[in-house]
Amino acid sequence: MPQDTLNQDFATILVFLVFGALFVIANMVLVGRLIRSKTKYTEGKSTVYECGEPTFGSAFVRFDIRFYVLAVVFAIFDVEVVFLFPWAAVMKSLGPVAWLEAAAFVGVLGVGLAYIWRKGDIDWIPAHGHTRQAGKTLPGELTTVPTDGVPAATIPAIATPAVAEAR
Amino acid sequence: MDGVMNWLTQDRVGSALVKVLLVGNVAPMLVAFLVWLERRVAAWAQDRMGPNRVGPFGLLQSFADLIKFLLKEDVLPGHVNKAMYLVAPCLAVIPPLVVLALVPFADRFAIADVDTGILAAFAFSGIGVYAIALGGWASNSKYALIGAVRASAQLISYEICLGLAALGVFIVAGTLRLEDVVKMQADGFTIHGETLHGISKFFDWNIVKQPIGAIIFLIAAFAETNRTPFDLPEAESELAAGYHTEFSSMKFALFFLGEYVAIVAMSSLFTTLYLGGWTLFGVENAFEGTTAQTLLQILIFLAKTMCVIFTFIWVRWTVPRFRYDQLMDLGWKRLMPATLAWLAATACVVAFLK
Repeated sequence: MPQDTLNQDFATILVFLVFGALFVIANMVLVGRLIRSKTKYTEGKSTVYECGEPTFGSAFVRFDIRFYVLAVVFAIFDVEVVFLFPWAAVMKSLGPVAWLEAAAFVGVLGVGLAYIWRKGDIDWIPAHGHTRQAGKTLPGELTTVPTDGVPAATIPAIATPAVAEAR
Repeated sequence: MDGVMNWLTQDRVGSALVKVLLVGNVAPMLVAFLVWLERRVAAWAQDRMGPNRVGPFGLLQSFADLIKFLLKEDVLPGHVNKAMYLVAPCLAVIPPLVVLALVPFADRFAIADVDTGILAAFAFSGIGVYAIALGGWASNSKYALIGAVRASAQLISYEICLGLAALGVFIVAGTLRLEDVVKMQADGFTIHGETLHGISKFFDWNIVKQPIGAIIFLIAAFAETNRTPFDLPEAESELAAGYHTEFSSMKFALFFLGEYVAIVAMSSLFTTLYLGGWTLFGVENAFEGTTAQTLLQILIFLAKTMCVIFTFIWVRWTVPRFRYDQLMDLGWKRLMPATLAWLAATACVVAFLK
């Protein structure tokens, strides 16, 4: 396809983007403002909705984001997918050589996937890069038996610094 | 009337504008119908009535809802990050809408017939994660934050599977143009030197040639559109409403609209890639070269897309929600290796057997 036609097509997408933006802004800002009645602003409306419970503390706190290693892995794999698309388009004409080259490329990433799998980053409790081993506790878990006699392993650590500060 | 076809192909600027207006208006209308369909099917699945009062069969229910959304007070809570809070609903609607611009609804009827159509489509649908991540974070609410964190992990995990699954189609097709992918499914391959005719053309469809890829694509599409069984970002039984808990009035409606536009976009991509797009065993060429042909093709495309959308709804009311760790487990430990293996097998067959 000649260059100018391609640019024209992307220009059409731009037109569609503008249309979408206008559509959204018209709906979100203009139409409603014109037809809805005036309402009084009260203090209660500006509070956080937590099912009626008064909230304590902000949500802008340090938060344990699980699976953050996967975000890095995602970046690598997504770039891999983008690289593979042109390869897929010419796969038919290039034949076995292309297959072998892509296999080597994907194979390396496959080893990476196997590594994080083994390391436990896909699992729910990947604390400090170690897989959970029998008999060992993870940082943050209670190690002593509480006074009421409940075994420590069944009680997860719930107190976060944010909660403690707010109190 | 034959002039319309010529005009569509020749006057590029004018036809593009008309198509933009057409698709841009039909898509939200389709969403209104879709919401009604979802609620009716849900009612049917749960043995109750569903919306049946507004208009015939309750068909106008969505429009009544829209008016209600418009009339509701537009609260801007004091505790939010204002800029991001306002940008998020826009980001929820616009990217999935733009994906529709790249889908060929009929022969020579894609709004933008780009050579690398699928890449652009995935690029735009990938932006959708920002809407949820930003919306949830900017709300400054704990439910919303947890929803956003879940959504980010979920969307990026399944985006890879989505791309890799679709890759199989392009290996078989040998092109990245969606229009060519559709055409290849109409007159693609031959058995024992004979071209397929009539109903046996079904074997040209990619869903026959790429069954595992199609299933994985569909699963990933469920996850990408936050549909049950992957609706953890808004899991109502645990997170109030998840990432859009703090949004009211039209801002909430835009998130709602965005979710359904994304479903329409993903379904039309699935139709294009796996179900033969606008083709139907040669029926699509019934009125060769006339406007009626284009209309017929659009109808065929819409009918197929509706079938896929029905599958979305059907699955939603059949399968219970995953737990967060099960979701990641499925994405990375099950689907990812399966997709890679299927991809290698497909490429192997194409490379060594042709």
